[in-house]
Amino acid sequence: MAVIKKIVLRFPKRLVDRPIIYRLVKDYDLEFNILKASITPEQEGLLVLELKGKQDEYDKGIDFLIKAGVNIQSLSQDVTRNEEKCTSCGACITICPTGAFRVDTKTRLILFDNDKCIACGACIPACPPRAMEVHF
Amino acid sequence: MKTIAEINERIKKGQAVVFTAEEIIDIVKEKGLAKAAREVDVVTTGTFGPMCSSAAYFNIGHTKPRIKLGGGRVYLNDVPAYTGLAAVDILLGCTALPDDDPRNRVHPGEFHYGGGHVIEELVAGKDVRLVATAYGTDCYPRKKLETLISLKDINEAVLFDPRNSYQNYNVAINCSSKTIYTYMGALKPNMGNANYSSAGQLSPLFNDPFYKTIGIGTRIFLGGGVGYVAWQGTQHNPNALRGENGVPKRGAGTLAVIGDLKQMKPEWLRGLSMQGYGATMAVGIGVPIPILSEEILKYTTVTDAEIFAAVVDYSDAYPQRKPDILAEVSYAQLKSGKIEIKGKQVPTSSLSSYPKAVEIARTLKDWIQKGEFTLTEPSIPLPGVDAGIVLKSLEERKIEEVQD
Repeated sequence: MAVIKKIVLRFPKRLVDRPIIYRLVKDYDLEFNILKASITPEQEGLLVLELKGKQDEYDKGIDFLIKAGVNIQSLSQDVTRNEEKCTSCGACITICPTGAFRVDTKTRLILFDNDKCIACGACIPACPPRAMEVHF
Repeated sequence: MKTIAEINERIKKGQAVVFTAEEIIDIVKEKGLAKAAREVDVVTTGTFGPMCSSAAYFNIGHTKPRIKLGGGRVYLNDVPAYTGLAAVDILLGCTALPDDDPRNRVHPGEFHYGGGHVIEELVAGKDVRLVATAYGTDCYPRKKLETLISLKDINEAVLFDPRNSYQNYNVAINCSSKTIYTYMGALKPNMGNANYSSAGQLSPLFNDPFYKTIGIGTRIFLGGGVGYVAWQGTQHNPNALRGENGVPKRGAGTLAVIGDLKQMKPEWLRGLSMQGYGATMAVGIGVPIPILSEEILKYTTVTDAEIFAAVVDYSDAYPQRKPDILAEVSYAQLKSGKIEIKGKQVPTSSLSSYPKAVEIARTLKDWIQKGEFTLTEPSIPLPGVDAGIVLKSLEERKIEEVQD
């Protein structure tokens, strides 16, 4: 069974110069799409990936990452909307590159679809009441 | 047909017939104008969007020994307040920024916190840091003050907005090849998006386009409490271009509003950050329209499809004050999610919240139905199309050396 998941990987300093992702492709036959990558001043690496492959290979790949010392989080939890702050204005709608926001045509409330979010962060400074929050 | 006094009698008895400006559209379709005008007493409107010309003034009470803040410096949570008034009266504008805010030094700036955020916190009942310096006088000897204040500690706290509730507004678009950051939000290059800001058919001045009922002294929903129309707003321009239905197709009328901040709610006065532009505040306003005649009722049935706004290029025409517009589009088209400009489908976003506007109109309707909110007779009407107002731009004049 095939699986597609978006995950956030955090690499401690000692792993930054190792070809970890290469092993996911080579050993577990996983396809990857890099959504975001950065290295902090403290030399920690952050990688947001979409991973695709067979379920059992995916599980083994994740197991390999954990054993190697990579911290893994599922991406959908990483950008959230503070519902108290959101005013449903809609400034986010055309800013989001993946269409994760849409207007309910009846109520005109703005709906946020976590599954479509790639955590690029474009909505965060574009939201006037700053209702979008990123948690890495 | 009806008078405001008669409507108020019905409100006090809990018998007033009230609809929102959205609901009235179908009511009139169903009953016809004449019957509906006899039956309906009030139509309520609402709008909730960024309104930069908003401020609050405070009298913080006298310290012991006394301090004269007038001519000194005052900060509320590091945001500077205006002190050019008497000893302990200060005014805080919603776009004010802390002195150490980086602004646009790294473009686009974030503008996390400004005057609007301070007002929101005060209205939420929170303590705010007041830090002041003064020059000291014989009767006001003190030179420094650092204290927490909250709305319950101080004398008056008054929201006073010189310009709110614009009758209509531009649709902003970017024809250049790079992203620009404006008070209408981030605009993507090559007409990548179009941003608008109006509640359209629910917006107060679209429902009374010639100011037949709204005037100085009109009691309104303001920031979650009760306020009043204090004056016409700055840049009030009744002579803006109008359609055949009388509805302005450009900016047009505005309201200056006032009300006791202490009875307002943070939900309806929200500090906002406009990326690359500055801090501001969203203000919630709802105006009741007394249905005094068929004509007045007719105006309130205006729909989004009958209201048009100008699409303006914010990369050139707007900053250079050129009169050029790219197109006129209706709010129905804007709300469909895309408009067509020069053969290109452009996705649209709103900066004004329609769901909040609906909530305001419904809240005001509820207050009136319960008999808690009666209508006022305006002292004088707002200046109309025959008032001879011409909106001026600043034509600069050279400052000559002073001649002896």
